[in-house]
Amino acid sequence: MTKYILLTIVLSGLVTWLLRVVPFVLVKTTTLPAAVVRFLSFVPVAILTAIFVESLLVYRPGAWPGINWENLLASLPAVVTAVITKSLLAVVLVGVIAMAVIRLLGWG
Amino acid sequence: MTGDLSFRAGLKDVLPTVFGYIGVGLAFGVVAHTAHLSVWLVMLMSLIVYAGSAQFVLASMLMAGSPIGAMVASVFLINARMSLMSMTVAPYLKKESLTQNVLIGSLLTDETFALSMNKLNATKRQLKPAWFHAANLGAYLVWCVATMVGVLIGNMIPDAKTFGLDFAVVAMFIGLLYLQMITDKTRPLLQHLTVAGFVALTMIVLMRFMPGTSAILVATVLGCLFGMVAVKR
Repeated sequence: MTKYILLTIVLSGLVTWLLRVVPFVLVKTTTLPAAVVRFLSFVPVAILTAIFVESLLVYRPGAWPGINWENLLASLPAVVTAVITKSLLAVVLVGVIAMAVIRLLGWG
Repeated sequence: MTGDLSFRAGLKDVLPTVFGYIGVGLAFGVVAHTAHLSVWLVMLMSLIVYAGSAQFVLASMLMAGSPIGAMVASVFLINARMSLMSMTVAPYLKKESLTQNVLIGSLLTDETFALSMNKLNATKRQLKPAWFHAANLGAYLVWCVATMVGVLIGNMIPDAKTFGLDFAVVAMFIGLLYLQMITDKTRPLLQHLTVAGFVALTMIVLMRFMPGTSAILVATVLGCLFGMVAVKR
């Protein structure tokens, strides 16, 4: 049993490490074509949006995704805080407090 | 975020993300506890795999006794987006040695990637290994400790969610996304918003057909292609 888990951990770690490191080696040893550089310039906003929206949805196999209401509700004060303060720490603190309040009130 | 690229600045910059790692790390520890993983296995998993969503999936698949091949394939799909992030950061570290590149890449996460992209906007598009190592190591350490503590107290807290700490990670991505859009002056805000809007709609459609982690990867690729076509140079 432990051997089965250890092997899973080692192989998963190897796969993840290669995914992380191979692009660094590629970029270091070759020159990226201009089109690829332009493609990559959109990655930050695209991937952060995708991660954020994913947290607002609930995957339901074979159906349209549902809405994660507590995350959506807690996101509103977090977004407002981001716009007002431009401080990452403030956004995180307000977000956590908002979520605690939402759960306390049973709105989720 | 200032333009300071020292080790100390890296530690300071990574601080807001620490809450997210603690919240999610504790939650993972609790899940791992219910999956009957020992503290040592959890620590090994956090040290070797070091990937939030992939570790949650691994814990539940291990509990179900899934074949190793299926688990490794799932981890590959969930973490494939890391290649996109590595590829995006790497050009800024091209002049550093291969060893430095490999070390930074080995500990790159969604969070430290996003931080580095924000940092670029304050440093005239420059990154330094010292700053990156500090951010990466800070995140790595906090993640490993938080997941271990989670397993240890797993039987004491029935619901780790009560304090809202698990939302820290979502809040952090909200902050990072907003800061990225307003500080990345290489293109106007409206163009950032257009790409973000396209990705958001794409996510909704994609999640009709695939789980969220796969949708993130596909939506990001489609979003970048959309940007290349729709956004003027």
